[in-house]
Amino acid sequence: MSVTQIWQYVLTGISMGSIYVMVAIGYNIIYNTTGIINFAQGEFLMLGAMIAISLSTVMPLIMALVLAIVLTTIIGALMEFFFIRHMKKPTVLNMIIITIGLSIMIREAALHIWDEKVHSLAYFTGNELSSINILGAYVSPQYLWVLGMSALIIIGLNIFFKHTTLGRAMRACSSNKKAAWLCGINVKNMVTISFMLSAAIGALAGCVISPITQTQYDGGTSLAIKGFTVAILGGLGNNNGALAGGLILGVLENLSIIFLPLAYKDALSLTILVIILAIKPSGLFVKKVMSSLKEY
Amino acid sequence: MTVKKFKPILILTAAMIVIQLIVSLIGTEFYLTQLTMALYYSLIIISLCIFIGYAGQISLGHAAFFAIGGYTTAVLTTTNFKEYIGSGLIKLIHGIGLTSTTIDPYGKEILHLSPWLALFTAIVITIIIALIIGIPVLKLKGHYMAMATLGFGLIIYRILLGSKIFGQADGISNVPAFTMPFGLKICGDSSLRLENYYIAGFIVLLGIIILYNLIHSRAGRALRAIHGSEEAAGASGINTAKYKLFIFVLSAVFACISGVFLTHFFGGIGPAEAGVMKSVRYVALVAVGGMANIWGTLGMSLILNFLSLRGVFGSYDDAFFGSILILFILVFPDGILKVENFTRMKEFFKDLFKKKSEKVNKA
Repeated sequence: MSVTQIWQYVLTGISMGSIYVMVAIGYNIIYNTTGIINFAQGEFLMLGAMIAISLSTVMPLIMALVLAIVLTTIIGALMEFFFIRHMKKPTVLNMIIITIGLSIMIREAALHIWDEKVHSLAYFTGNELSSINILGAYVSPQYLWVLGMSALIIIGLNIFFKHTTLGRAMRACSSNKKAAWLCGINVKNMVTISFMLSAAIGALAGCVISPITQTQYDGGTSLAIKGFTVAILGGLGNNNGALAGGLILGVLENLSIIFLPLAYKDALSLTILVIILAIKPSGLFVKKVMSSLKEY
Repeated sequence: MTVKKFKPILILTAAMIVIQLIVSLIGTEFYLTQLTMALYYSLIIISLCIFIGYAGQISLGHAAFFAIGGYTTAVLTTTNFKEYIGSGLIKLIHGIGLTSTTIDPYGKEILHLSPWLALFTAIVITIIIALIIGIPVLKLKGHYMAMATLGFGLIIYRILLGSKIFGQADGISNVPAFTMPFGLKICGDSSLRLENYYIAGFIVLLGIIILYNLIHSRAGRALRAIHGSEEAAGASGINTAKYKLFIFVLSAVFACISGVFLTHFFGGIGPAEAGVMKSVRYVALVAVGGMANIWGTLGMSLILNFLSLRGVFGSYDDAFFGSILILFILVFPDGILKVENFTRMKEFFKDLFKKKSEKVNKA
């Protein structure tokens, strides 16, 4: 195994990892405002990509992307409005079950609307053969799109949560719902907005990754579980931790091909998930004092 | 021991006999095959009902325990040990009489472990894995536990799919019949439908008696206390970790036993049995049955599994289970077979008739 080869694996690992980061951020946003894990997060990626693929046959790619993100956002809002908002018994167990039910419904709907075949969006620039040389490693320009988009989202979210009124209101909800409500923040609407934001980020992630990994009606699940692994690695609710966790997982997973058969590649990230949950559920980058205040 | 305690069990036995008579009388005895499978599946679901409904925990990985049971017995009863007969362990097992020979479809004689030994091995392996997974995972709560068990289930699925010994995507077929005393056999042979139906019924009955006694014992009360509040239960002197682990291992063993018998009944097993959708389906059935309601869960799991196995839902099978999951959590979070639902329905109809009669009177 030469150095360039390892560099090649690391580079693709970073790109894949940044997709996991986007999924993890989707989890974090909803977790921060509601305290629940949205098991349908992976389905947002699939839905965004599938809608974009269908629309791109009738309109230019950029329009299809924007429209796909808007439509997925609307679906996210409807999902929250019809199913989460009016729950009779909003216990954690029921929340888990209902988001699982929703993820199945979205998946099955996709199966019947589209089909069970593998689809793929066109490359944003160039085609499947074009590649760029980065310090000896050849990568498709799509990987740069993936990296660029995730960087954009992370910077944008940081600005949104720190410097806008809406973002601050959402953060207030995450630290103390009742106090936020007393300050005049409409907590229920914040929850809807968090679902919309997660859906939009999910749809964008689904679209940029679709040319590389292709999209299938049930493709959301594996991305969802990896995204969750990343979210846990970085500490649930911590976006910057997720960034580091995503890069670690992406690189580790791609380097695992060196010593593990390809068939077990997915089992690796799952094993990391179970081990992290068993040993340090607060995540790698959370201080001990902080983690002792939370319940897992 | 009062008669009252045995009433539900007697009703269940009677119901099983009545169903068999009806099915035989109207000439649709082939329904018994799906009923037998539904009975075996309900063994997992009633044990999961204790874990989810009574103890208030969640597992999205129980299909993995089913698969561990099924695959263990499938490997042990289809591997030909004839070449290894010289080695010590196999010689010992053969000497005690824990091996049996069957002839595979190609006419080749296969010397394999007795299904009883395979069942025992499967249970031991399940207990070990359930302990390894259970001890760290049961410390977690809510979402963390759900994701950890989901991850565990997916690992098992990936391993089954990637390993040659487990037949990869094809699974394992040609699993021989499970021979029992008195010449009984668990297998999918259509001439043995009737006896297999009753064997499955007997096993489920045994399982439900164990669980029914469990929930009405000290352990059952402890589990319900844990569901109410783990801190409060711990403060009143209940060893919460021990009870949670106990019920987790017990339900894993139930899933494993169900997997072993169903594999012998099918004559094979595939990796889809370990899939996430299977685990989710088991949770859905517990939710539909009313969470902490073992009889409701049993009834619902029998009916819905039977309909699903008959192919009533067609390609909307998964969608159906997903939608009942959503519907029940939204509308009937305590299940449909609850007294209050019936009283509410009664009142609704009473009001309806009242209004009608009022209208008639006015006219």
